[in-house]
Amino acid sequence: MINNEPLWEVFIRSKQGLDHKHVGSLHAADAQMAIENARDVYTRRMEGVSIWVVESKYIHASNPDEAASLYDPANDKIYRHPTFYNLPDELKYM
Amino acid sequence: MAIEELQEIFDDKIKQEIKIEPKDWMPDDYRKTLIRQISQHAHSEIVGMLPEANWITRAPTLKRKAILIAKVQDEAGHGLYLYAAAETLGISREGMVDQLLCGRAKYSSIFNYPTLNWADIGAIGWLVDGAAIMNQVPLCRASFGPYSRAMIRICKEESFHQRQGYEILLTLSRGSKEQKAMAQDALNRWWWPSLMMFGPNDDASPHTVQSMKWKIKRFTNDELRQKFVDVCKEQADILGITIPDPDLKWNKERNHYDFGEINWEEFRNVIKGNGPCNKERLSARVSAHENGEWVREAALAHAKKRRKEVIA
Repeated sequence: MINNEPLWEVFIRSKQGLDHKHVGSLHAADAQMAIENARDVYTRRMEGVSIWVVESKYIHASNPDEAASLYDPANDKIYRHPTFYNLPDELKYM
Repeated sequence: MAIEELQEIFDDKIKQEIKIEPKDWMPDDYRKTLIRQISQHAHSEIVGMLPEANWITRAPTLKRKAILIAKVQDEAGHGLYLYAAAETLGISREGMVDQLLCGRAKYSSIFNYPTLNWADIGAIGWLVDGAAIMNQVPLCRASFGPYSRAMIRICKEESFHQRQGYEILLTLSRGSKEQKAMAQDALNRWWWPSLMMFGPNDDASPHTVQSMKWKIKRFTNDELRQKFVDVCKEQADILGITIPDPDLKWNKERNHYDFGEINWEEFRNVIKGNGPCNKERLSARVSAHENGEWVREAALAHAKKRRKEVIA
């Protein structure tokens, strides 16, 4: 089989004001066809107002095996959250 | 990391209902089971377009035709969601398509039955999609992330499929005597093959126990089949047609309907390739693939030419 259409990752903005969100992937010969295919595959029911496609080979991902050490620096800084701070009860608005 | 340690992390995620994602370590058999199940599921969606497409040109009204086209297009979409989910496990699209076209891969036995008249389109929506929904809703919670996400998308779309089929039968069953007879005839022919869609009985289903441990499956074949029979009885009563099973009756102690024995000989025969339409379905897929070869070639040639133009 000679069908070697590259794989594309598809991102859809479901409505104005929201982020594009990853919805899945598909094969297409080029970016324009990838967008047209994405419209047919992922937005048959008005799920989107904007489509991004990125060839999958250009996505670089963190390694899940290193997740523990990668996110470790964020783990013990509870003072980054507003709930860390004790405020007097009589303080009504902040 | 040692394999025992990786296995422990995997088991712990399954236990805590944390999804497994494509790049996470997983046991080889888990990967193989998912590839087999997801690709068979994808093939079923693709082959499943054939019996229904058979009636697009002969739908009784423009409304029914537009609905049927939309439904068949959804099935193509479902096939694509699932192929994409399987590809995250390391199998190529070409590899899966080859397996289907050379007859090595399985797909749901139901699609090897013929659609003889318009009422069959109603019966497929009501029963075949109904059985599929029964199977698929628990798969939305499958432990593998991409499969679960594909199933959520599919289930959202599937409910229109079942309703449009039921509505076709409702219209027929409230029509002339001949139309009502068509609805009954379609139920007679599709009932038992629909029950077979849930697969062999639990004691004859080799993969179920392990799949449930891995939380790919959440219910056994027999549990899902029972649920299906229980909901269909009332739906058939409203249509005013009769489920073709003399043993179907309410069992007060079990709080379920009892039903007759499935013809497993027929089931095995269809799986083996000897159903009424196995050859026709496969040759339709092969010819669609071969006749589409020039389109794929042209698309790639066009893309290549455009890249050159951009560089120049």
